[in-house]
Amino acid sequence: MTEMSKIETPALLHEVTEFLWTEADILDGKRYDEWLDLWTEDGLYIMPMGDGEDYANQVNLCYDNAKMRRDRVGRFQAGFSISSAPPALTVRTISRIVIDRIEGDEIHVRAAEHVIEDKFGRQRQWAGNAFYTLRRGERGFKLHRKIVKLLNSDGMLNSFSYLF
Amino acid sequence: MSLDTAKFSDLDALYSTDAKVATQMYEDPGLFAEEMEKIFKKTWVWVAHESEFPDKGSFRLSHVGLEPVIVVRDRKGAIHVMVNRCRHRAATVCEVKKGKTSSFQCPYHGWGYGLDGSLRALPYPEQYGDDFDKAQHGLLKLRTEAYNGMVFATFNEDAEPLVDFLGPEVCRYIDLFMKQGGGFPVKVLGEHQFAVPMNWKVQLENTTDAYHFPIVHKSFMQTLDAQTTDLFDFLDKGKGWVEDLGNGHSIMMMMPEREDLDDHLDDPIEDRFEELAAEIRAEGYDEAQVRKIVRAVGGAGFNLNLFPNVSFSLSFLRVLTPKSVEQTEIRHIALGMEGGPQAANQARIRLHEHFQGPMGFGSPDDAEVWERVQRGTKGGEELPILVNRGLVDEVPGVMGPRGHISAETGMRAAYEMWKRMMSND
Ligand code: FES
Ligand SMILES: [Fe+2]
Repeated sequence: MTEMSKIETPALLHEVTEFLWTEADILDGKRYDEWLDLWTEDGLYIMPMGDGEDYANQVNLCYDNAKMRRDRVGRFQAGFSISSAPPALTVRTISRIVIDRIEGDEIHVRAAEHVIEDKFGRQRQWAGNAFYTLRRGERGFKLHRKIVKLLNSDGMLNSFSYLF
Repeated sequence: MSLDTAKFSDLDALYSTDAKVATQMYEDPGLFAEEMEKIFKKTWVWVAHESEFPDKGSFRLSHVGLEPVIVVRDRKGAIHVMVNRCRHRAATVCEVKKGKTSSFQCPYHGWGYGLDGSLRALPYPEQYGDDFDKAQHGLLKLRTEAYNGMVFATFNEDAEPLVDFLGPEVCRYIDLFMKQGGGFPVKVLGEHQFAVPMNWKVQLENTTDAYHFPIVHKSFMQTLDAQTTDLFDFLDKGKGWVEDLGNGHSIMMMMPEREDLDDHLDDPIEDRFEELAAEIRAEGYDEAQVRKIVRAVGGAGFNLNLFPNVSFSLSFLRVLTPKSVEQTEIRHIALGMEGGPQAANQARIRLHEHFQGPMGFGSPDDAEVWERVQRGTKGGEELPILVNRGLVDEVPGVMGPRGHISAETGMRAAYEMWKRMMSND
């Protein structure tokens, strides 16, 4: 855990915000190959259900290692998945960004995420708390953990043809 | 729309003898109301798996048709299913999905009920007079019976015993399905829930519909290794079948070599499970057990569809809850091994996440086509929906007809039962 001076904090927050907004832009633009490049090889993308935090041993909405992320993106892109061809359109907002702590080269960040989807002429909206572990690499940050906890994640949902 | 139009008296027009379904079957709110009365309140409806409320005092909320119920185990271990409605002024007495309690206390005026639904106490009872009979004011209870961990309830006091409703073949297949515990009791590991704007019968038709599999699930298939792809290529191999098991139930046998998980235990372990086998061996299980567990992790080789609301599908349970004529809720329940190796349950969970749920590689595509059926139904009301596929080469099975793996035999089984129940007064 590193203490940051008052001068460093706004600069880091700015850098982190820029990264999260870039990721959001990539996801809304469905530029999934670029999204895959944002990850560390051993990164995990998890959308849990309920309050449990033992993700490996509980049923999640998704629990994606590198292979599952690639397969998921491949499924979106191949055009065979009827739920993603055409996919829902999305517009998302990432806000209320907080840097929780810094451990070595890892920055732990959380934020509010709000996604509006549009499909079949109807709109739905989803809100969640997103938790990121960012690693600083040579060319900026990489996603090492991204955990999105949707509100009502263990309640009644619908299917999603996009990522959070 | 009124209840005395020809359509309700003429059930043949809704489901014809040549296996055509009328569009109103997915669309008519009056018909839906009648289905809730004549089907969901008259027959055995699946409410829970016993492992979801394993201890004395544990409970979970569920539904029988449109009615909210509480499924609970009392202090002696007996299972009760009762309507979640206070006998005073109808407030729900429980809004916690799942948990453990010693009683149910209504939050409105404080009437308290025991685990068996009996009214125990009410604040300031004097104003009801001396002849107020607590015994007459318990929660409304349903008849409850279980088979191999599967708990069913019914409002119908005259319903036949559950095992008779299921019949011998369904019971046999349930026993085979539960072998995926790998020698351990089967337990619920978690569930996905999602709502789809469709009539409940669109879903009822789906679980023994192999015809859609290679089309709708092509994107899922593309993420499998060669060996597993071969396993799921049941339509081309054509070794399987679909069979009417009586009372609206049906089976789709996709992988006959996985009908009984205790068979073929000496076959080589599939590549995709080699790592898992090594992990289980490392935990100290002997080779025979390792093989049994690993084989069980892959799930049973068939889907079993029970009329009207639950199916067993390879390795999970699919439950439908009708909400309105055009709205149905689906639960996909992941199953695992109680007390089995953690690695095996983790593998089951990852397999479940891969296909099921709102982010799975299968469920969203299923949900999309179900919704499209409902959307398409808005057009060409005079056109029938066809469930006659495979009528040409059906042969007699054990209880009813047996058809090609891609035949719509299971749907016909369900619609025959639908008609039988809807014709009762
Ligand atoms: S409504 Fe339950 S005590 Fe009054
Ligand atoms: Fe399907």
